[in-house]
Amino acid sequence: MFIINCPYCGDRDQTEFSCHGEAHIPRPTETKKMTDEEWGDYVFFRTNPKGYHRERWLHDHGCRRWFNALRHTVTDEFVASYKVEDPRPPIPDNGGQS
Amino acid sequence: MTQTHRLSEGGLVDRSKPLTFSFDGITYTGYRGDTLASALLANGVRLLGRSFKYHRPRGLIAAGSEEPNALMQLETGPYTEPNTRATCIELYDGLVAKSQNRWPSLGFDVGAANSLVARFLPAGFYYKTFMWPASMWMTYEKYIRKAAGLGVSPTEDDPDVYHGTYAHCDVLVIGAGPAGLAAATAAASGGARVMVLDENNTPGGALLGTSNNAASLEFIQRSVQSLERNENVQLLTRTTATGYYDYNYITAIEKVTDHMGPGKGGTAPRQRFWKIRAKQVVVAAGSIERPLVFADNDRPGVMLANAVGTYINRYGVLPGNDVVVFTNNDSAYQVAFDASESGGVVTVVDTRSSVQSSLKALLEEKNIKLFEGHAITSVQGAKGVESVRVMKLSADGDSVQGQAWEIDCSVVASSGGWTPSCHMVSQSGGKLKYIESIAAFVPDESRLKKTSPNISAGSCNGSFVTATCIQQGTQAGVDAATRCGLHGTAASSESFTVNEVPLGTISPLWLVPTTHPVGEGRSKHFHDFQNDVTAADIQLAAREGFVSVEHLKRYTTTGMATDQGKTSNLNALAIMANIQGVSIPEVGTTTFRPPYTPLTLGAVGGQESRELFIQERHTPMHEWHVDNGAEFEDVGDWKRSWYYPKAGEDMHSAVQRETLAVRESVGMLDASTLGKIDIQGKDAIKLIEMAYTNNWQKLAIGSCRYGLMLNEHGMIFDDGVTTRLGENHYHMTTTTGGAARVMGWLEEWLQTEWPEWEVYCTSVTEQWAVMAINGPKARELLQSITDIDVSKDAFPFMTMREGKVAGVPARVYRISFTGELAYEINVPARYGKHLIEALAAAGKKFDLCPYGTEAMHVLRAEKGFIIVGQDTDGTVTPHDMDMDWIVSKTKEEYLGNRSQVRIDTQRTARPQLIGLLTEDPTVVLPEGAHIVSEVSDAPPMPTIGHVTSSYMSPNAGRSIALALLQDGINRKGDVVTLRLMNGEVHRATVSDTVFVDAEGVRVRG
Repeated sequence: MFIINCPYCGDRDQTEFSCHGEAHIPRPTETKKMTDEEWGDYVFFRTNPKGYHRERWLHDHGCRRWFNALRHTVTDEFVASYKVEDPRPPIPDNGGQS
Repeated sequence: MTQTHRLSEGGLVDRSKPLTFSFDGITYTGYRGDTLASALLANGVRLLGRSFKYHRPRGLIAAGSEEPNALMQLETGPYTEPNTRATCIELYDGLVAKSQNRWPSLGFDVGAANSLVARFLPAGFYYKTFMWPASMWMTYEKYIRKAAGLGVSPTEDDPDVYHGTYAHCDVLVIGAGPAGLAAATAAASGGARVMVLDENNTPGGALLGTSNNAASLEFIQRSVQSLERNENVQLLTRTTATGYYDYNYITAIEKVTDHMGPGKGGTAPRQRFWKIRAKQVVVAAGSIERPLVFADNDRPGVMLANAVGTYINRYGVLPGNDVVVFTNNDSAYQVAFDASESGGVVTVVDTRSSVQSSLKALLEEKNIKLFEGHAITSVQGAKGVESVRVMKLSADGDSVQGQAWEIDCSVVASSGGWTPSCHMVSQSGGKLKYIESIAAFVPDESRLKKTSPNISAGSCNGSFVTATCIQQGTQAGVDAATRCGLHGTAASSESFTVNEVPLGTISPLWLVPTTHPVGEGRSKHFHDFQNDVTAADIQLAAREGFVSVEHLKRYTTTGMATDQGKTSNLNALAIMANIQGVSIPEVGTTTFRPPYTPLTLGAVGGQESRELFIQERHTPMHEWHVDNGAEFEDVGDWKRSWYYPKAGEDMHSAVQRETLAVRESVGMLDASTLGKIDIQGKDAIKLIEMAYTNNWQKLAIGSCRYGLMLNEHGMIFDDGVTTRLGENHYHMTTTTGGAARVMGWLEEWLQTEWPEWEVYCTSVTEQWAVMAINGPKARELLQSITDIDVSKDAFPFMTMREGKVAGVPARVYRISFTGELAYEINVPARYGKHLIEALAAAGKKFDLCPYGTEAMHVLRAEKGFIIVGQDTDGTVTPHDMDMDWIVSKTKEEYLGNRSQVRIDTQRTARPQLIGLLTEDPTVVLPEGAHIVSEVSDAPPMPTIGHVTSSYMSPNAGRSIALALLQDGINRKGDVVTLRLMNGEVHRATVSDTVFVDAEGVRVRG
């Protein structure tokens, strides 16, 4: 049961949040011009890394705001959480240790 | 009955407070301070249960929560609880316990015949034997479960009350033994908010079981008093930490009133479930002694050495007069001394060939005989130890040789060393490391070093000397406080003498040999007592290739019982390591899972059970529905009126009557539960255009339109009617169940993709009360209570008008989910009850009929209107639903657009929505029934579709159904075959989905 930092509310219990997978996948424009493969990439394919991962989170049972977080998928360490419009925080340079 | 084994003095029991209790119908006496286990032992009761698989006689092994054998059916009636460990039940007056897994009686058990056929019940027996034929498993299972069962579940409602509570602290200390008390004291001295949990009724841990322990008790008292005086400290006894989750989230179960007896707790809850978030956690959970694995080591009377010591010192019970101590390390010598001091005749059998001279001198002083380099090769006595045979071990420990000595005894106190309780650290994702010098695993690095570093102290960290435990505990407390930004200080060092012999040089002998190879002959070497698993089972698993620790566990079921292998896991790993010729760490450990000990599900549920489990949502008109005899249906969390039976009516006739009334006169339905979202802002239209598949740009103010929402996979996920209220103002409706999902969906896109758009979505589902009136007389009814001009031309279909209805402000939408002339009257929620009462009164002269969701379903199906989630299942596109008319061909973008032209969504033979008319019009197909391309006597049969909606339609005068059928749209007119679960076969004609008023005249009337 994680403690997650909501950029709007502060530290809150995981039960208040839901995770919605990889962040920074913009919806393509001019979708009619896309091939099936390109569209399939956008809809279905995600990186699923073992290590640091930028994810979309929703503070469901709180302010109901969406934000992004940088989490380690093995240790569940949250390195940073940041607003949608914020610059991406760097991935720690520690060989995946936390 | 007299307490034959009770010592005349000593121990922490109160001999002035006798308590009576019964076990298997016989009444005994014990004392305040006893556990059920110690009281039974005091009365000389050794046989306490039958084993899980072989029904072998079993007695106590341990004195603590690791006990695998002495499982009791505690109390009777609604209070009965199976599988409670006698060692954890505090004795109270009038306690009633029964042994388990025996029939007809504990002394004579028919199931013990399993022992005679034991060679046919090896590991994996059930997997191998009952695999085939698969269909027979249902038959076998009943009997297997009966034969192999533990206790019996209560059949009556649990009369007890349970609470749940949350807590936060700086430092949480698990365990209040010497290390835990020291840690708590040190952390608290720095101002930390400290919580200390201990499963015992008294703090002190292992110190409670030592001899001549006045100094120890003083230390405990001193520590507890200083902690209790500190308002920042909460010390919880009878509280077991059951789970250690991420970010220092700990669950614990507090047994608040169990020790008082059933129903005696007054207003206090029986148990309390704690959910604790700590900044730092100090694990001082202690350690568990390991049994030696020797031939027939499960006879009642064979116990862990420290258990014998604890019964003597804490409970004043000498488990037997003739005690054989069997050990591979020094720590058990203290038990030999204690037993001897208490008047026992003691013999020590040590597997090591040379015992240190200081110990030998002490043995000699006390007249205790010692066999060096010897091992117990057999145990005599069917229902309890009568004697053991002892032989000399070979130098490599693999065999025995020479003369066999027979020693008469009633107790064997065995010690194979100590296993630190790493459960908590392992649960939280921490690693373990193997330490040769103690032949056991200790906690290593934690998974999340920054927030949850491993701070273990005491014997759970591999230190088995009290002074070191206290030292480590103090340091751990200081460290934990420092990590919280506080300054813990080490109090003046505690120094007192404890009667203990350090572990010394342990010489592991994981499997004690006997005169014949293990697995041959009738004797058994048990390592897992609760699941009846022997060393021979591990050998079999190895022979059959189940060598990985995870496979070993599942194949032999070692470590899988309610004790989760507390006494057995390491022995099992070590035996497997020896078979394979690898080191123990190479075999590895399984991850420990919560809960640490079994816990009551009722406590986990706490107060959130029954009507408090999920909050019901009621519409503002709920009371009216109740008063008018409605039956209710759960839709999401809502209670919706399902149908309104009149006297003598069953559901079918009520629904048929309501369905007819809507098309003949007028009906009213509470539609308040539909999701409603108020959308405003200059970019509102952009959002609506993206969310729905059709065009919205030209929708006039005051007009309504139906819309379909897709996810990016192109699959339908919601539908509803949206109305344009103003220039930049819309009122969107959603399905009842999809209200929150749609709101979240719109917000997700707005916040993450188009944050620059100026759009505001507000959920107004509960702000509006809605009555839908449907039927040819709906207009007359409405006109009688409104100032709005409802004439056909003034208020056309798919428009909205504002005005007063029944004297209150209302928005009336002329939309229809029945295909009838219909209006949905929205009033502020507070007028909901007023509205339905006004309608009911005004409706009398129009034969107004209240109808529920079931009639609504029939009515919409008669018109082929889909219900998202019933006729769709997340895998169908608008085209599959035969709804191409609602998909814009001109819009550049909308959510899910590109998926409409993917290869997969364009392929033929996709399931498509069609109508079905059964050959026999009285047959109502069950929803979910399969349309098959070939019929055979039994499944499998190739399926080409299934029924999604099916009703008897009084308006069509026959049964109707909607179904998803492969390539269905092209098959209209075909006859298809359905095969039901009960074997019935029906034929039906594929039809259009509209069964009533195909021209759509009525709705525009």
